[in-house]
Amino acid sequence: MNFETIVGLEVHVELKTDTKIFSPAPAHFGAAPNMNIHPTDLAYPGTLPTMNKQAIDFGMKASMALNCDVARVMNFDRKHYFYPDNPKAYQISQEDRPVGANGWIEIEVDGYKKKIRIERVHLEEDAGKLNHSDNGYSLVDLNRQGTPLIEIVTEADIRTPNEAYAFLEKLKAIIQYTGVSDVRMEEGSLRCDANISLRPYGQEQFGTKTELKNLNSFNFVRRGIANEVERQEKMLLAGEKIVQETRRYDEATGQTVLMRIKGSANDYRFINDPDLSDVVIDQDWMDRVRAEIPELPDARKARYVSELDLPAYDAHVLTLTKEMSDFFDETVNAGADAKLASNWLMGEVSAYLNSAGKELGDTPLTPANLASMIKLISDGTISSKIAKKVFKELAENGGDAATIVKEKGLVQISDEGTLRKVIGEILDKNEQSIEDYKNGKDRAVGFLVGQVMKATKGQANPPMVNKLLLDEISKR
Amino acid sequence: MVVNKTASELQSLLHSRELSVKELTEATLKNIKETDKSIQAFLTVTESEALAAAEQLDNLSDDQRGGALFGMPIGIKDNIITQGIKTTCASKMLENFVPVYEGTVTEKVKENGMVVVGKLNMDEFAMGSTTEHSAFQKTLNPWDLTRVPGGSSGGSAAAVAAGEVLFSLGTDTGGSVRQPAAFCGVVGMKPTYGRVSRSGLVAFGSSLDQIGPITKTVEDNAMLLGAIAGADYRDASSSEKPVPDFKKSLTGDIKGLKVAVPARYLGEGVQPEVRNAVKKAIGVLESLGAHVDEVDLSYSRYAAPTYYVISSAEASSNLARFDGIRYGYHPADAKNLNEIYLRARSEGFGEEVKKRVLYGTYALSAGHHDDLYERAQRVRALIAQDFQSVFADYDVIVGPTSATNAYKLGETIKDPLTLYANDLLTTPVNLAGIPAISVPCGFAEGLPVGLQIIGNHFEEAMLYKVAHAYEQATEFHKQTPPAQEGN
Repeated sequence: MNFETIVGLEVHVELKTDTKIFSPAPAHFGAAPNMNIHPTDLAYPGTLPTMNKQAIDFGMKASMALNCDVARVMNFDRKHYFYPDNPKAYQISQEDRPVGANGWIEIEVDGYKKKIRIERVHLEEDAGKLNHSDNGYSLVDLNRQGTPLIEIVTEADIRTPNEAYAFLEKLKAIIQYTGVSDVRMEEGSLRCDANISLRPYGQEQFGTKTELKNLNSFNFVRRGIANEVERQEKMLLAGEKIVQETRRYDEATGQTVLMRIKGSANDYRFINDPDLSDVVIDQDWMDRVRAEIPELPDARKARYVSELDLPAYDAHVLTLTKEMSDFFDETVNAGADAKLASNWLMGEVSAYLNSAGKELGDTPLTPANLASMIKLISDGTISSKIAKKVFKELAENGGDAATIVKEKGLVQISDEGTLRKVIGEILDKNEQSIEDYKNGKDRAVGFLVGQVMKATKGQANPPMVNKLLLDEISKR
Repeated sequence: MVVNKTASELQSLLHSRELSVKELTEATLKNIKETDKSIQAFLTVTESEALAAAEQLDNLSDDQRGGALFGMPIGIKDNIITQGIKTTCASKMLENFVPVYEGTVTEKVKENGMVVVGKLNMDEFAMGSTTEHSAFQKTLNPWDLTRVPGGSSGGSAAAVAAGEVLFSLGTDTGGSVRQPAAFCGVVGMKPTYGRVSRSGLVAFGSSLDQIGPITKTVEDNAMLLGAIAGADYRDASSSEKPVPDFKKSLTGDIKGLKVAVPARYLGEGVQPEVRNAVKKAIGVLESLGAHVDEVDLSYSRYAAPTYYVISSAEASSNLARFDGIRYGYHPADAKNLNEIYLRARSEGFGEEVKKRVLYGTYALSAGHHDDLYERAQRVRALIAQDFQSVFADYDVIVGPTSATNAYKLGETIKDPLTLYANDLLTTPVNLAGIPAISVPCGFAEGLPVGLQIIGNHFEEAMLYKVAHAYEQATEFHKQTPPAQEGN
């Protein structure tokens, strides 16, 4: 590699406010086309934008969580362009004084930590949607028109595709914790464009950049950047010039494809929107919003390591989503051992959710019943193996772990007399195995343990079985 | 005849139920039908809606009937949204546009029991000062049918002057209420920016536009402004300032009032007869006990270019939504998106509108943005400061509303001094966001002259006080034009 990769990201995040940012129409998805609209969204003559304070709260909250300076006075600007999904022919955005600026988030990737600076966070309205039909017409659906967005623009601090991935993962977690967005890329509530350029190592000036669009997952962002870097490097090595252009990532081929060449920069003819007065944020407003921000992933991660003695890896995985992290916290608060709770959530619980295609909140599993199950493991009432059966029941039908164990007769057999009796019966039937063991074939023990577990329907206490089995063999 | 009565005379007849709202409405509609044959002030007469509304109002019990505006017919400039009633902005672009929602002022007008009898002609999208830039018809000045009524609220002023209605609403972006009021010999108020909600006003220059009342008398004007003014959650630029009872300021007492007269307001380009009428009016104010001084408003000399840059820039932005897709003029046979845009805007807009959209787009384009738009914003701030320094020492500023009397139809004012004087007189008020009123103050060659009284932010009560005192000391408001029915 002869060149240094320079990447900056522009991330759009849809805010889940009740109503649109400048009109009283609902901001929810799933309605029939053009049902969630108000005359303002259609840019009817004489309509004026009204300011949705919740959108400002959300913009402030996200900015604060991303370590930005929050504007004391912000304003809105008109950004002009003609397109059928843009009814006013201008988008209301923040050019001059955005809600947040000069932020950063810290990422950890490939064994090092790094701060990625955030240039700005600004509030704006989303456009409508065009549905192109086969008969030559395009249908305009303005349900999405006016949905509040924040655009998060990073400095050109990202140097590898993995850093971009780590940045997005972290950004998503932080935003998700603040509760201002669902940040689901597959539903379009998080969208990402990447600006990519190369420069020879040691050179200060940036090279010509291309803008990469149509990045529909974090993995595609990573692969798209890698492919674009490869393409630019090849061109530069061949003595060719990079052209400033917009490219699209093609998922099927894994290549970036030219969309359009940006001759000169677009002229959006920005003006301060005279219909919206400046928004002045006083200290009370600032304090109120700050107080609503929950503990963020980094703080939780640190707490898990220092207070709960979890490995850093566990702490990272558990804090990726607020849902998981909250669930973990509550499970521990309900009395479960932290490491066991972590193992269960990262292992069995995640596997179950993946295979069932469910979210934590969609199952009857609760922190309380998971904790009660883990407590039964800790106090030896059930084995980990039995616990898997109990868990399946909890995840599918809910209920109380102790009751399930009792009703299904799953209590672990730890009574020495009972176990010795079962072991005696098994040994009587398997004299060959005893002989094998005595001849040095250790795995014969494994077979015998298996037979004991089978005979007890898995309820025998495994460590005790091991111990008692050897004891009984030695007696023969 | 009912239609020649004053508002207060009508009010007592309505109050005692000697006259029903329906009778008044019917008489008004009949009069409009006759008078408008020559004046051409109305684009739409809402006969059936008005009669239905009148009937409903008549059915109200005495204690349900509103105040002094109850039952009064009113005409609305056609750039103010009226739900279910065509709102064309006098443009081919909106020739068949019927709004699905109600504007704030029309809602308030109705809440006060007024009866909307129709929509009034104007320059297309309020761009112009003669009403000749209407795509549909030319409105004539009731005082002289060979002359224009002024503009852009020419229909609103002419309808009141001709006695078709006692009340109308106009809009003022650079003088569009005051100048036609002056040309037609009626009272027109441009309120403080933010005093009246702009929700439902089809935007021209959003930082300049205000809706204002046009009436025969100052008292009627004060009542109508009182009815339409006030904070509105639908307009973020509307002010929370409480609206005073303007009628209380109509005391006739202006003793000790401090009046400033900018030298430029009576300078070159002002028609001598206009200058004389205004000077006499200033004399009347002095005789009523006002103290008059000459002052300098030096930055106002840059008002015209500043106004044209800002208003056109905002117009280019506001009018971009007329793309022929969701409403308005749509070239049905257009073959692709670009053709829809091109033809809708080329065929739907008139020449004056296109000129301003082009000028405004230019002023906002990269390379000119700083030099034109940003610079104009800085000059605007200086013009506003200028007014503030005068208002530190004076209650009001007075001068002519227009440099000349009403123009002849088709006449283009070529004298640059006159053009300049006209812009100097009205546009600085909009740039500064302050209120100003025009009241009749005599005649120049038989045509009305307007006295403009300018006040500080939210000082409409002061303007009404001065205008009323002046009006009551003179007879001009009692004169009616030859075109009024019954003359």
